[in-house]
Amino acid sequence: MLFRIIKRTDLTGTQAVMFRTAAVFLALLTSSVFIIILGNNPFEVYASMLEGSFGSVYGIKETIIKTIPLVITSLGIAVAFKMKFWNIGAEGQIFMGAFAASYFALNHADIPRPALLVIMAAAGFLVGGLWALIPAIFKAQFGTNETLFTLMMNYIALKWVTYLQYGPWKDPGANGFPKIANFHDNAILPKVFGVHIGWIIAIVLIVIMYVFIHHTKRGFEISVIGESENTARYAGMNVKKIIITSILISGGICGLTGMIQASAVNNTLAVEVTGGVGYMAIITTWLAQLSAPVILLVSFLFAVLVQGGAYIQTAFQIPQSVASIIQGMILFFVLGSEFFIQYKLILNKSILKKEAKGGI
Amino acid sequence: MDFALLFAYAVHAGTPLLFATLGEMVTEKSGNLNLGVEGMMLMGAVMGFQVGIATSNPLLAVVGAAAAGALGGLIFAFLTVTLRANQVVSGLALTIFGTGFAGFFGQKLTGKIVPGPITTFFGEAKVPLLSDIPFVGKILFAQNLFVYFGYVAAIALGVYLFHTRKGLNLRAVGENPAAADASGINISLYKYTHILLGGALCGLGGAYLSLVYVPTWKENITAGRGWIAVALVIFTTWSPYRAIIGSYLFGCLDIIGFRIQDLKIKVSPYIIDMLPYIVTIVVLVFISMRKSKENAPPKGLGNPYFREDR
Repeated sequence: MLFRIIKRTDLTGTQAVMFRTAAVFLALLTSSVFIIILGNNPFEVYASMLEGSFGSVYGIKETIIKTIPLVITSLGIAVAFKMKFWNIGAEGQIFMGAFAASYFALNHADIPRPALLVIMAAAGFLVGGLWALIPAIFKAQFGTNETLFTLMMNYIALKWVTYLQYGPWKDPGANGFPKIANFHDNAILPKVFGVHIGWIIAIVLIVIMYVFIHHTKRGFEISVIGESENTARYAGMNVKKIIITSILISGGICGLTGMIQASAVNNTLAVEVTGGVGYMAIITTWLAQLSAPVILLVSFLFAVLVQGGAYIQTAFQIPQSVASIIQGMILFFVLGSEFFIQYKLILNKSILKKEAKGGI
Repeated sequence: MDFALLFAYAVHAGTPLLFATLGEMVTEKSGNLNLGVEGMMLMGAVMGFQVGIATSNPLLAVVGAAAAGALGGLIFAFLTVTLRANQVVSGLALTIFGTGFAGFFGQKLTGKIVPGPITTFFGEAKVPLLSDIPFVGKILFAQNLFVYFGYVAAIALGVYLFHTRKGLNLRAVGENPAAADASGINISLYKYTHILLGGALCGLGGAYLSLVYVPTWKENITAGRGWIAVALVIFTTWSPYRAIIGSYLFGCLDIIGFRIQDLKIKVSPYIIDMLPYIVTIVVLVFISMRKSKENAPPKGLGNPYFREDR
């Protein structure tokens, strides 16, 4: 081989950030090709994406509303990923959390508002956590592949909510339209500064998760298990118990996202309640390298992309698909750039020397 | 209810699943878990349809679809094999990209119909003699050429995996890349070629949908079939032969939902939609409980392999 690949040890944090920024720019450059094919000016399109997310009070609010579920779900996923438990079942956990919260919202709207909201949040957390627990138990007991298991659980949850929406929970007052009745006001999260209270929950959770992972015994144990299960076992940790309780927390946080989305954004339970957040959050979690503060930043950037993508559709009649292409491109380039952050290529001088000799 | 007709329709509905399942299977055999099946199917579906509209040539359309699927595979292979990126995240990114790709190229195709020559080419073509077998003949051998190609692809892949030297090498790469590397197998080459082959097969699955099954263009034409294919690979425990039966069984579940009401069974079609995923989980748990080596996922599945990290 002409190149040798060696692990970098010399890269500073700033340089790593520069690599990633460069990757995003390269992605935008490549996406421009598609925009030009459509007959639009890429600069105008990018500028109006920014305008769509920041240009108006409405835009900013929408961007924040889209950031909230990404942040909270990513925090949940990060706990599982920290243990190298590849939980890709956040989508299903969100659905089940939303389902549990909706049960109380629809049937017990007479409970006073604060109490009802707390019950809904607790139910969402618990059921989301239990949904994640099923694959975790099988993983701990039999070593069942959790990636494939959690993926299947997503679809069961999706079909379950579809069943409820089209079947037993269908609102008879909706003229045959398949939707679940809107929540009573008691079951809707209040707004603070014009945006639902989820943003405060998200910030509080970031702080809690940061402290949990870095400054508590359990957080440390999770990191050790992620590094090496054997080490954890030799150190006398009860690996199974730690995995199971941590997955309960991981799924629970995702379930809480479901409660927030159903209550504050959709005002009901619907198949659209996740909006693909469960999958997108896997990506944001990974790109943020499981760090709670970075999750906030990455989720925000993603929300800008999504909100900007929706805006250019109305402003330029550019199909939403272009936004998906841009998203995909950015992911490809940023994922690819990680390689250049972790490794560097070195020209193999011995080969070159040999070739030079051969030439003479 | 005419069961032969119902099962014949199940084979029809199961064919896109069969191609995608074979594609994901051969990818996973190389040790890479590509969750971009849905994306690659969509890329194949739109490209097959586009080429079909432009040329009215069925073979070119199919080749175009395979090429588009392979392009998706190439992106995935470059990211995960050469650049060592996380497989799950890269696969999900590929699905996002593929969805955008299909939406982008498909926006001008919505509502268009597959040209006559292609529809005729993929029309019913009874296999002489075999189609006269009672019941089975009607189900399996009164189909179209694309369906027959599915049988051939599955059997060929089975023979390749289990009865050739290259197939053995491939399985070694998926089970234990370090050992395979030590025995002189070119790991990257094996991973690349099989991920590309897998992508091409997924693309063909998409093309069956857009050219034969639907056969007009509509947004999100795959409707989650890529994920069912991921489930099917597990359900059929990484065997191309069982993939044939499994795909048609899931194809049957796909179409039976609304027909079951004819049988006066009171089950919601949405609950029946859950069945493929529930049985897949049962199979997954069963494999891990029995710890049988034969039916287990490839040992190296999902783990990146870097020679330097050994």
